[in-house]
Amino acid sequence: MAALWKGKVNRIDDYRWEIPTSYKSGMRVAGLIYASEAMLEHIWEEHVFEQVANVAFLPGIVGRSLAMPDIHWGYGFPIGGVAATRLSDGVISPGGVGFDINCGVRLLRTNLTVDEVKPKIESLINELYVSVPSGLGSEGKIRVKEKELNQVLAQGSRWALEQGFGTAEDIVVTEESGRMKQANPDKISTKAKKRGIPQLGTLGSGNHFLEIEVVDEIYEPESAKAMGISGVGQILVLIHTGSRGLGHEVCGDYVRLLGEAVKRYGINLPDRQLACAPVSSPEGQAYLAAMACAANYAWTNRQCIAHWTRESFVKVLGKSQREIGLEQVYDVCHNIAKIEEHTVNGKREALCVHRKGATRAFPAGHRDLPDRYRGIGQPVLIPGDMGRGSYIALGTERAMAESFGSTCHGAGRVQSRAAAKRSLRGVEVARQLASRGITVKTGSLSSLAEEASQAYKDVTEVVEVTDKAGISRKIVRATPIGVIKG
Amino acid sequence: MVTVVGKDFEVINHTADVGVVAYGANLSQAFANAARALFSLITEPESVEETLSREIELRAPDEESLLVEWLNELIYLFDTENILFKRFEVSELGGGRLRARGYGEKVNRSRHQLKTGIKAATYHMLSVSQDEDDVYRVKVIFDI
Repeated sequence: MAALWKGKVNRIDDYRWEIPTSYKSGMRVAGLIYASEAMLEHIWEEHVFEQVANVAFLPGIVGRSLAMPDIHWGYGFPIGGVAATRLSDGVISPGGVGFDINCGVRLLRTNLTVDEVKPKIESLINELYVSVPSGLGSEGKIRVKEKELNQVLAQGSRWALEQGFGTAEDIVVTEESGRMKQANPDKISTKAKKRGIPQLGTLGSGNHFLEIEVVDEIYEPESAKAMGISGVGQILVLIHTGSRGLGHEVCGDYVRLLGEAVKRYGINLPDRQLACAPVSSPEGQAYLAAMACAANYAWTNRQCIAHWTRESFVKVLGKSQREIGLEQVYDVCHNIAKIEEHTVNGKREALCVHRKGATRAFPAGHRDLPDRYRGIGQPVLIPGDMGRGSYIALGTERAMAESFGSTCHGAGRVQSRAAAKRSLRGVEVARQLASRGITVKTGSLSSLAEEASQAYKDVTEVVEVTDKAGISRKIVRATPIGVIKG
Repeated sequence: MVTVVGKDFEVINHTADVGVVAYGANLSQAFANAARALFSLITEPESVEETLSREIELRAPDEESLLVEWLNELIYLFDTENILFKRFEVSELGGGRLRARGYGEKVNRSRHQLKTGIKAATYHMLSVSQDEDDVYRVKVIFDI
């Protein structure tokens, strides 16, 4: 199935490759892929170039159809794709956001060092495993009825705060302050709500995780300090999850609805999964309102998990939370569509920016950033795989000018889940990680094997490309010492 | 890369997602086999017993959409009621309508090993076709 792509890309520089509009009739703009030459070879084997070209068909698309270096094969849109459309005559596509709406990452910093935490890592991971529900089919500890769920969908992080989960400061350092205002729970189906009710406050399965990490390299000490990260050996906690079954159902509902709208508005698409409707149409606005609800659910989810994480640390370490720290550095979403202002051909314009497996990367001085980060730019959280750690980067002016303020979101798969399982069994993956000093707890050894390091691109290569291309600046690298895998 | 699980269906592996191709002497059988393929990704079918059943009725504008809706309905039932299905009888299929009954049981953690979480069936590379030997063939990619 993975036949070699037959098209041609033009080299712009060492990290930029263009798919010209001449590649395929119907492309409204060119495609732009951020990758090193070495990475390109792998991308070549997949259908991803074709998918980047297909996204360029979307009515009202401006700039270029973009692909981040962690790009991999998706459905409709590639994972790692960014597309911006004009509000006046452009479309919004649920496939350009994906099934896991507002899948994202939250980072907490601590006052702890690896020497203090390492001796207690087993107890910490065990306690976190109990306090944060994870795995396939797991149910949350939070019991809500539909009326309360509607408040979650409308209020996001604020609802969590009112229930005693998290702090007011958490919300300040969350993208969109943990709440998209367009949310309207009436635009969410009963089925989506039914899936959402039992899963609120759960990590989920697949590539979702909670990780205790240790800072091992700092590239820009001043900027790191502004994020509360002051030295090598400092402990951080990373939470990666999204909107669970509720988001999946919302995406499915609206791909179906907008699939019908495509015919009504006479839109020509090369792939049904790209189903879309004009942003300004009733269908487009309804999706935006429903997507915002799912995004708010995801922020609530991460906020509850952060709260239980703090409780677990206090319990196991026998210290106060003030001593431990665990303040939030930032929370980003990497599957989302946002209405943002950007400059296109020298003109300021409101656009609908789709980021599917891509992170917002706004530069210093941007008005949407909290005061704390206005001087350095927006923190970008880039999780890698279980063994190779993660990066913290900052947004740049170049990203604003070129990639609609976006950069990469993670490592990106290179191996199918089945291939990963064939090459290594879950127990072996656990043993390998243990030999490198990483404690892992999972409900499914099979899922552990699927998420093994060799199934992913090296996150360092991905971050190197975005750094050299100038669409984000790497600031800190951290490696895991304890992981909970759903 | 194609993994042959049985003659009724095959599992296709992509980098980030997984797909299935299911066959049948008629479209109903191909739909039933696609559903069996879906649950073979979630758990070992041999471990599932038939202790309950659910009636499923759907409408969609075309056969391809019906396939996606059908599989998503089963994912929904797994997600909300923890039902693992083992066998399906598709009694009506056509004219934008599907009627079926699925047989299986609720998840029992001591007997069922859950493997992969499936988010949804997608429209990407979706196909419903009939080959020269009159065998019906359906193909769908899942987001996992």
